[in-house]
Amino acid sequence: MIRTATRYRMLAMFVVPALAVYVAFAVYPLLSSVALSFFDSSGGSSAFVGFGNYVDLFANPATSERFWNALGNNVEFFLIHLVVELPVGLLIAALLTSGRLRRSVAIYRTLLFIPATLSVVIVGFLWRLIINPLWGLVPFPLLGNELTALPTISLMSVWQYVGIPMVFLYTALLAIPEEVVEAARIDGAGGWTTFWRVKFPLIAPQFGLITILTYIWTFNGFDIVYALNGSAPGPNYSTDILGTFFYRSFFGSSGQVADLDLGATVASVIFAIILVTCAAYFWIVQRRLKTYEL
Amino acid sequence: MHSSTVRRRPGAIAAHATLIVLCLGAIVPIVVVVMNSFKTTQGIFGAPFAFPDAETFSVQGYLNVFARGNFLLNYQNSLIVTVATIVATVVLGTLAAWALVEYRVPVAPALAGFFVVGIMLPIRLGTVPLLKTMQAWGINDTLLALVLVYTAMQLPLAIALMSTYFRAVPAELKEAARIDGAGEWRTMWIVLPIVRVGIAAVASITMLPVWNDLWFPLILAPSRGNQTVTLGVQQFVGQFQSDYPALLAALTLGAIPLVILFAVFSRQYIAGLTRGYGR
Repeated sequence: MIRTATRYRMLAMFVVPALAVYVAFAVYPLLSSVALSFFDSSGGSSAFVGFGNYVDLFANPATSERFWNALGNNVEFFLIHLVVELPVGLLIAALLTSGRLRRSVAIYRTLLFIPATLSVVIVGFLWRLIINPLWGLVPFPLLGNELTALPTISLMSVWQYVGIPMVFLYTALLAIPEEVVEAARIDGAGGWTTFWRVKFPLIAPQFGLITILTYIWTFNGFDIVYALNGSAPGPNYSTDILGTFFYRSFFGSSGQVADLDLGATVASVIFAIILVTCAAYFWIVQRRLKTYEL
Repeated sequence: MHSSTVRRRPGAIAAHATLIVLCLGAIVPIVVVVMNSFKTTQGIFGAPFAFPDAETFSVQGYLNVFARGNFLLNYQNSLIVTVATIVATVVLGTLAAWALVEYRVPVAPALAGFFVVGIMLPIRLGTVPLLKTMQAWGINDTLLALVLVYTAMQLPLAIALMSTYFRAVPAELKEAARIDGAGEWRTMWIVLPIVRVGIAAVASITMLPVWNDLWFPLILAPSRGNQTVTLGVQQFVGQFQSDYPALLAALTLGAIPLVILFAVFSRQYIAGLTRGYGR
């Protein structure tokens, strides 16, 4: 047995290196960003302005119009991911675990996941080429139209990441013990009934997890929109999401001057959007969704 | 037995058919790009969905990429950043996870929780202070800045994942080592081979997001000498929009290494992904 004093010493020795890096380059920057959002440092010195930057962001037409637009687009970006990725991921996972495929399962699984290993930059350009009207597959400039541009970009991203929900659901389905499925079969349940009545309820908690991860990833999204449309994503900001708006606010772009205070404020708002939803998820959904102990 | 095989056959055919269609959907777009990267401009626009033939075959795109772009340097940068981040994440993450599982004192669960929260934290949102820190330390626009940020970004998942593997190590083994007089470092060293699957999982889930990231290279290491492959491809495509063979060659060169690595490590990657987030 190790003495308690030794345990503290050992814990400190092993954890401090990781803790130092984590605090310095993850926790501190995030908290510092929130702190910065309450100051105005534009004049060289920094002055406390309370919620002044937030009032500007939400209500000053110069920035608020773009902010609300980006927020709305981001909600759409998230919903398209959720609505398409979940059913397709579930279908694939159900087929892969239906017990009818044998050895080919690993090949299908790997092939279906390959798009998720590509860089978003590559995915964006790849699809832009394929739907390019010159190639004739799609006669209509989907990315050039305000109505279709954002759904098109969202679907490119869905194409890339559908492997993620697939893998989560696939693993959860594999974890269901054979006896449970066998018992249902003996009771006369067919494949369809077994899936919806037995397997589906058992993997239900995974939907909560996938939803919240998709939420975090989409509200933190940036790469695909930037790769395709740059930092002022057109047409007419119709594909602007919070990530690109954030980038513009502190880095500047053709239509906007760089403003670190505004950047920190935008970051804090995105942080709050993610944090509040995560907290709500863990308190409400996670408690109600019963994880079946098997 | 026989009748059940017969009854299942139509179902199996339908399952295979659906999956084959979905796999084609996932793979064909990539194949089209790779295929066209070996064609002349006329070939690319004349018959984009045909394989290159004697008339349309050309490697001019690749020659142009290597002539104009910075590709070898970009590869080198991505390799340095990714390998350094994997090493740092594996070493720091393994040490921390070992301690959090092994030395159960009252602060340990709180510390573990403090790390786990980081799995959900989007570090990008701290970019403004990060940029200021890097400038203050004089390491802005260096690969070191990227490695530090990526290590901080990947540590929470690495610690969560390694903890699940360390928890599965039988207590008797560690006790036996200690009774034999092994110190704590030595005890951990003895346990490491047992958790090597976990180390492989951490390495493979660290690789993809680091290699593919666009945000931090764009902000923390944008100069030509420090560009990673992802940023290099992005800049290249922006610059040479009309040189289609070169553009397609650049996309192919950017995509291939990770697809190959994933094909090799897909089992570890998938285990890491589901185990890390799932618990």
